[in-house]
Amino acid sequence: MSIENLKTYDPFAEADEEDSGQTKQTQEYIHIRIQQRNGRKTLTTVQGIPKKFDAKKILKVAKKEFACNGTIIGDEDSKMGDVIQLQGDQRAKIKDFLTNKDEGLGLDAKTIKVHGF
Amino acid sequence: MDSGEPSHQRRTSRKSVAFTDQKIVVDADGSVTMVASPTDEIKETAQSHSARTPPLVAALGAFTDAPQATDAQDAAAPAADDGLDLSLMKKKKKKVKKEEDADADAADEAAPAESDGAIDLTMKKKKKKKAAKEDDEFAKKLEALNLEGKEGEEATPQEDEQDGDWEQGTGIWAHDETKTITYNPLLSRFFALLSQKNPDHASTGTRSYKIPPPQCLREGNKKTIFANLPEICKRMKRADEHVTSYLFAELGTSGSVDGSRRLVIKGRFQQKQIENVLRTYIIEYVTCKTCRSPNTELSKGENRLYFITCNSCGSRRSVQAIKTGFSAQVGKRRKMQG
Repeated sequence: MSIENLKTYDPFAEADEEDSGQTKQTQEYIHIRIQQRNGRKTLTTVQGIPKKFDAKKILKVAKKEFACNGTIIGDEDSKMGDVIQLQGDQRAKIKDFLTNKDEGLGLDAKTIKVHGF
Repeated sequence: MDSGEPSHQRRTSRKSVAFTDQKIVVDADGSVTMVASPTDEIKETAQSHSARTPPLVAALGAFTDAPQATDAQDAAAPAADDGLDLSLMKKKKKKVKKEEDADADAADEAAPAESDGAIDLTMKKKKKKKAAKEDDEFAKKLEALNLEGKEGEEATPQEDEQDGDWEQGTGIWAHDETKTITYNPLLSRFFALLSQKNPDHASTGTRSYKIPPPQCLREGNKKTIFANLPEICKRMKRADEHVTSYLFAELGTSGSVDGSRRLVIKGRFQQKQIENVLRTYIIEYVTCKTCRSPNTELSKGENRLYFITCNSCGSRRSVQAIKTGFSAQVGKRRKMQG
């Protein structure tokens, strides 16, 4: 029989793990935003795509499928990660693409937040 | 919502937040009253009592709040359920039977070595027979179900006695008819009459939260003036700055407040677009998630978190701070460093 009190355990280990799990859940949102340019032109930005997906490949497919141009903007601050920027209002289309299980990434629609009007 | 433009009504009908044309009076102490609908709360409860027809209830689903459940609603729900259940059962039954048929057919095909035509014939016959049989079974089950359902009520032997058109006053609805009318036809008649007499109830069945529609003017070519922001903020009991920052974050622009406290937004925006953003704002930062009451307060709690406290149910929840997120460089080129 072992004495419970003498067990060695790190009191911070578990808490740390829990913390990271929580922050993961809250920060997992993918933000789809829209920005107005001059005239009736707009930009769509997608921020927060999980690291396991290759942004370049997503962009390539998106460009082909939506018939629009776009770029990847790597932020120097590294706060927001790679941001995919597409020309025109592609919010609905990119959301479909991200959530589509067969042809898209099959992400959960709850993790995606569409902003804008 | 009595006399708004029809198109406007239709569009906002399904939303929980409505933009009303009624004039609101904002008192000095911050209390807000609607002119056209003097007692706002009473009207709201009345709506929730009467207007929730079964389909609406089903559609609302999650939105119906338990404490507000009314007698009418309770009565309506089981009726709708019955209908649904029956139809579902019918479908399921048929499918299952068909599968069984297919199995049986397969067995038939395997056992007697006959020509294709013969097999086809037998298959057809079998199916017909089975279908007939199944119909009988189903009818029996239906009857049983009906009987079960009407246990608590007065003895009602058959359903087909309860026919007739209540609009023309025929059958059981005739003036000198003495037969007891069962609950279900009465209920359906009640709801039919209700929706007939009050057509706007069906559309505004949800308790909607009404704020004045945003007034948008165009200033020059590239700026939009949001004229009644202070009014709307007062109605929502939120700080102007909070709403403004949310608007800017969502629209991805910037702007300023002019001399007469109107908001000047960079970029062209229509009233509809602003409405949409305000709607999301209200859902996120105004309505209580527990009781859906808009009577809430936003306060800055400890360690820089914002909390919404509900004044009607007392719940408290934290809300996310407004984040602008990534915004691309639009227009002028970024200034070169150094």
